[in-house]
Amino acid sequence: MSKKKWPLWEVFVRSKNGLEHRHFGSLHAADAEMALENARDVYTRRSEGVSIWVVESSNITASNPADNGELFEPAQDKVYRHPTFYNLPDEVKHM
Amino acid sequence: MSEQEVKNLEEIFEARIARDEKIEPKDWMPEKYRKTHIRQISQHAHSEIIGMLPEGNWITRAPSLRRKVALLAKVQDEAGHGLYLYSACETLGISRDELYEQLHSGKAKYSSIFNYPTVTWADMGAIGWLVDGAAIINQVPLCNTSYGPYARAMVRVCKEESFHQRQGFEIMLTLCNGSPEQKAMAQDALNRWWWPSLMMLGPTDAESVHTEQSMKWKLKRKTNDELRQQFIDQTVPQAELLGITVPDPDLKWNEETGHYDFGEIDWDEFWQVVKGHGPCNKERMSARVNAWNNGEWVRDAAIAHAEKKQNKKLKNVS
Amino acid sequence: MKNDLYNYILGIADNSLILGQRLGELCGHGPNLETDIALTNISLDLLGQTRSYFQYAATLVEGEKTEDDIAFMRTERDYKNVLLVEQPNTHFGFVIMRQFLFDVYHLQFMKKLQQSKDETLVAIANKGIKEVSYHERFSSDWVIRLGDGTDESREKMQEAVNGLWRYTNELFQLTEADKAMVSEGIAVDVSTLKDEYYAKVSEVLKEATLTIPDDNYFQKGGKEGIHTEHMGYLLADMQYMQRSYPNMKW
Repeated sequence: MSKKKWPLWEVFVRSKNGLEHRHFGSLHAADAEMALENARDVYTRRSEGVSIWVVESSNITASNPADNGELFEPAQDKVYRHPTFYNLPDEVKHM
Repeated sequence: MSEQEVKNLEEIFEARIARDEKIEPKDWMPEKYRKTHIRQISQHAHSEIIGMLPEGNWITRAPSLRRKVALLAKVQDEAGHGLYLYSACETLGISRDELYEQLHSGKAKYSSIFNYPTVTWADMGAIGWLVDGAAIINQVPLCNTSYGPYARAMVRVCKEESFHQRQGFEIMLTLCNGSPEQKAMAQDALNRWWWPSLMMLGPTDAESVHTEQSMKWKLKRKTNDELRQQFIDQTVPQAELLGITVPDPDLKWNEETGHYDFGEIDWDEFWQVVKGHGPCNKERMSARVNAWNNGEWVRDAAIAHAEKKQNKKLKNVS
Repeated sequence: MKNDLYNYILGIADNSLILGQRLGELCGHGPNLETDIALTNISLDLLGQTRSYFQYAATLVEGEKTEDDIAFMRTERDYKNVLLVEQPNTHFGFVIMRQFLFDVYHLQFMKKLQQSKDETLVAIANKGIKEVSYHERFSSDWVIRLGDGTDESREKMQEAVNGLWRYTNELFQLTEADKAMVSEGIAVDVSTLKDEYYAKVSEVLKEATLTIPDDNYFQKGGKEGIHTEHMGYLLADMQYMQRSYPNMKW
């Protein structure tokens, strides 16, 4: 059996309050605390962040691009979900 | 999957790239695309971490505190860049440990320039100015390459790298404005790093095996010879500004082409270094292998500790 | 008074300088990229503090002096760092243990320095304390991780703590400059930090399943400029450029 290695973690950083956490990249760490410290040292060396999330990559469930047709295309023709679908006279303000 | 089906998928795939669409990790991709990307991205990552060594060689001897922190931060950035690139590579289904294994066994290549020794402080200037200069020319177009994780890693790398070349040029400038001894040191460094820097942009187009396919996949936007010409054209005036001489008697501005003509590159030397017989190939490799082997107990202990902690947590829950 | 203050500042700054220098040797040679990056950050913090201290010290002496003159142009007997920080990077266990044994002290020291009557030192401490808090957290985590990891790692960490323990007591000794500055309300009376220090260190070592050495023979001398034999080589390396090419700008 091969030895267990440091797992991969995904790093999300909030660059300033008011903004969402954004995926910044990944790194290796033995545990969550180390992942957080490594993320701080690797991804915020130039004051890029005010908050960090780390999550072990294997815990992420991702959609399969092969399913993109059924997952995402049905939304494309539902134009009535967008404001531009509705015709109003120009005189109507603030709408 | 039948051969025809694969062929159809490949056509759709190539069309997506031609439309400038990005390819993401879970997308279907031809095996050759995956392999080529693993090769190129990991080579790039290996170059970053091997590249830490020649400059790391001078951290303890940097001549001022300001230079020391700048150099330390630069070498640290290289570790960061290696890390971003290994991460990008891992999205293609290969682990960092496997990539290290390829490097340590000599199977994987890295940029041959890092097999030259750094013998004086001026080499820190020359590396920043010339080697990072050549690297930037290579790297900027990759911010737009077709494989999403690689392109994103390169955006970050290029953003951070912008201080590296300036740092190197500033070292050269200080030396060239300093004592005659310092200026001679700068000239000596240029003499030693000029030709290896030109070689760093890769073999001539006639010798380059991967160019055509790489162009199609946007792993490359210009040929090696075009990049080399661009590097020479932008660097020669900088040398003039420093007041030092590029060590090429055949170097001459060509009005007609609007480029510099330059002398013959010693490709025998290039291939010798690539094949492992440069001045420092063995030292670089053994430094990496030692670091890895000496760190094994640390990595193992961290995993063992994480497992103990996990077990404790589970016990407390039950 | 100015001279005492100058010497006092050097005593603090040299610890950061020499430890920063030691950590600088490691970049590219650590157990993996993440730890290389982390230890370099610590080195950069320490060297940044060093520069602030020396820039301040340079204003306290007659004539033109720069941070680099102070950093590079002294002889071994004039460096006042504690012996602990000059100890070599024997293996990663020593690197982490040395860091930890210094960080616990350094954090306590910075907290007290914030109460100094000297405004510049307070400003340096206010900035530095955030850095040092992180260092202490980082090195404590690693001591626990490696102590309570595998049998091999516990052995290596025990070897490190046994090897470095004798250098801890020196942290709490007062030099003549210290005493003069304590009475002015400028210096930290480090002798008062001792109990808290050993309590904190013992707590972490215990969690790391390591045995606290019962060794009561301590080494001292660094604060008086009498160093271990490692120091000369460290300085030869660090001063090489300034000594080979005196009076030049870099």
